[in-house]
Amino acid sequence: MGIPIGEHTPVKPNPKRAEWLLTGPSFIWLIVLFVLPTLLVFAIAFKPFNPDGQLGPGWTLDSIRGLANPNYPAIVWRTLSLSAITTLICLIVGTPTAYFMARATRWRQTLLMLVIVPFWTSFLIRIFAWKVLLHPEGAIKNFLVFVGLADASTVLLYRPEAVLLVLVYTSLPFAILPLYAASEKFDFSLLEAARDLGATPWKAFLHIFVPGISRGLWTAMLMVLIPALGAYVIPDVVGGKEAEMIGNKIAQRTFNDRNLPHASGLSAILSLVILLPLVLGQTWQWWNKRKAGKS
Amino acid sequence: MKQRLSLPFVMTLAVLFFFYIPMLVLVANSFNASKFGGSWKGFSLIWYETLFQDRHVWHAVKVTLIVALSATAISSVLGTISALALHRYQGRLQRMHQTLIYAPLVVPDILVGISLLLLFAALGIQLSITTIILAHTTFCMSYVCMVVLARLQDFDHSVLEAAQDLGANQWVTTTRILLPLIAPGVLSGALLAFTLSIDDYVITFFVAGPGSTTLPIHIYSMIKRGNMPIINALSTLMISMTFSAVWLSQKLAKRRILS
Repeated sequence: MGIPIGEHTPVKPNPKRAEWLLTGPSFIWLIVLFVLPTLLVFAIAFKPFNPDGQLGPGWTLDSIRGLANPNYPAIVWRTLSLSAITTLICLIVGTPTAYFMARATRWRQTLLMLVIVPFWTSFLIRIFAWKVLLHPEGAIKNFLVFVGLADASTVLLYRPEAVLLVLVYTSLPFAILPLYAASEKFDFSLLEAARDLGATPWKAFLHIFVPGISRGLWTAMLMVLIPALGAYVIPDVVGGKEAEMIGNKIAQRTFNDRNLPHASGLSAILSLVILLPLVLGQTWQWWNKRKAGKS
Repeated sequence: MKQRLSLPFVMTLAVLFFFYIPMLVLVANSFNASKFGGSWKGFSLIWYETLFQDRHVWHAVKVTLIVALSATAISSVLGTISALALHRYQGRLQRMHQTLIYAPLVVPDILVGISLLLLFAALGIQLSITTIILAHTTFCMSYVCMVVLARLQDFDHSVLEAAQDLGANQWVTTTRILLPLIAPGVLSGALLAFTLSIDDYVITFFVAGPGSTTLPIHIYSMIKRGNMPIINALSTLMISMTFSAVWLSQKLAKRRILS
C-alpha cells in the first residue's frame, strides 16, 4: 500500500501529511472556536455600542472610557481579594486532608470516592444547597439564633462572606485532588527520617512534606484561583449588590444592557488579571530551575 | 502504629462533613412537606409529583440530552484524534497543538462564554442549539484528549508496526488493533465530556438562543425565582445519578486493571 509521492519516499505515505491529518481537525477547530474568539475579546472592546445587541460599524474608544466607571476599582479589588483568600483557605485545608488520604491505607479508596462525588455533583446544585442553608428560614440561621450567636434580623445571605464560603465549598475538591495526586507519590519515609533526626512532627510536615508536594500545590492553586477570578454564578446567587465580582458585571453588560463592547472591555481586564498569575508562576518556576541548575 | 487523633485526621473529617451536610439537607428537604425547609413538616412526595408533572423540566432535559450527546460524539472523535497526534509525533507543531489543547482548561467559563458570544455576534450567526453544541464540543475536546493521552502513555506503537509487517493494512490495524486497545480511554473521556456538558451553565447561558433552554439554565431560573422544593427533588435525583455514575466508573476502572 502507499502511493509513491516523491523520489525519496517510495513506499510509506508522507509522514508530514499523516501528522497533519491527525493534528488538523482539533487544531483548526481550536483556532476558530478558541483562539479567534479570545482575540476578539480585545478587538470588540473598540467597537461602537449598538443597543440591539449587535455591533456598530467603525471603531471607537467609548467602551475603554466607560471602564473608568468609579465602581469598578472596588469590584476588581473584591474579585482579587475573594479569589486570593479562597485559594489560601483551600490550600491550607487541602494539604493536611491530602496528607491524611495518602497515608490512609484501608480507607484510601473510600476517601477518594467521597472527595470525587462532590467534584462530579452539579455545580448549580451545590450552590443552591448553600442558598437553602443560609436562607433566612434555613437551618444555619435557626441554629445560630438558638445558640444565641445571631438574632432574627441577622442576614447570612447576600454578603461577601457568603460568597467566600461557597467559593471555598465549590473549589475545595479541585484543590484536594491534585494535592492528593502529589502526596500519593511522596516518599513518607522521609518524614520518619526527619523525626529520627529530631524534627517535631509539625516541622517535618512543613519543611519536608510541603516542599515535597510543591507541584501539586501549584496545580491546586491554579485550579482554584483561575475559576474563582471568573466566578459569576456564586456571587449572583448568594452574594448581593455588595458582593459583586467582575463576572457579574460582564454578565450584566451582556444581558441587561446588551452592550457587548463594554462587556468585551471588562473581559479583557479579566483576561489580563488571569494572565498575570500564570506569567508570574512561569517566571517563578523558570527562576527556581535556574537557581537549582546553578547550585 | 496506633491511629492518633491528629490534625490531618480531624481536618479530613471536617472536610467530609463540610462537603456532605449541605447535600444531605437538600435530600432531606426534598421529602419535607414544608415549603421553606426550615422545619420538618412531615414526609411527603409532593415535590417529586410536581416535578414529574412540570413539562418545562422535561423539555429542558430533552434539549440537554441532545446537546450532550452531540457534543460528546464530536468531542470524543476530535479529542481522540488529537491525542493520537500528540502521542505519536514530536516537534514544534505538536508543541503548539498541545498548548492549544491545554489553554481552554485554564480559561474561566465566563471568558469562554463571552468570547464565543462575541464570535457568533461578529459573524452574524444566530444563537441556537447548534451554537451550544459548538461551544460544548470546544471545551469537552480538551478533556477527552487529556484522558485518552493518559491511557496512551502505556500504549506500545510497535504493536501496530508488527501488524503492518504481517500484512495488515492501515484500516485493519486501526479498527482491529488500535481502537480496541484505546477504547477504555475513549469511553472514560466520553463519560467525562458527557458529564461536563450536562452540567454546564455559564458557557451555555452566553451562547443559548431562544427556545434552547437546557436543564442547568432552567434550574438557574428556578433558583432565581425561589422555587425551592422542586429543585430539592430534582437535586436529589441528580445527586443519586452522580453517585451511580462515580460507582460505575470505579467499576470500569477496576475491570481495566484486572484485564
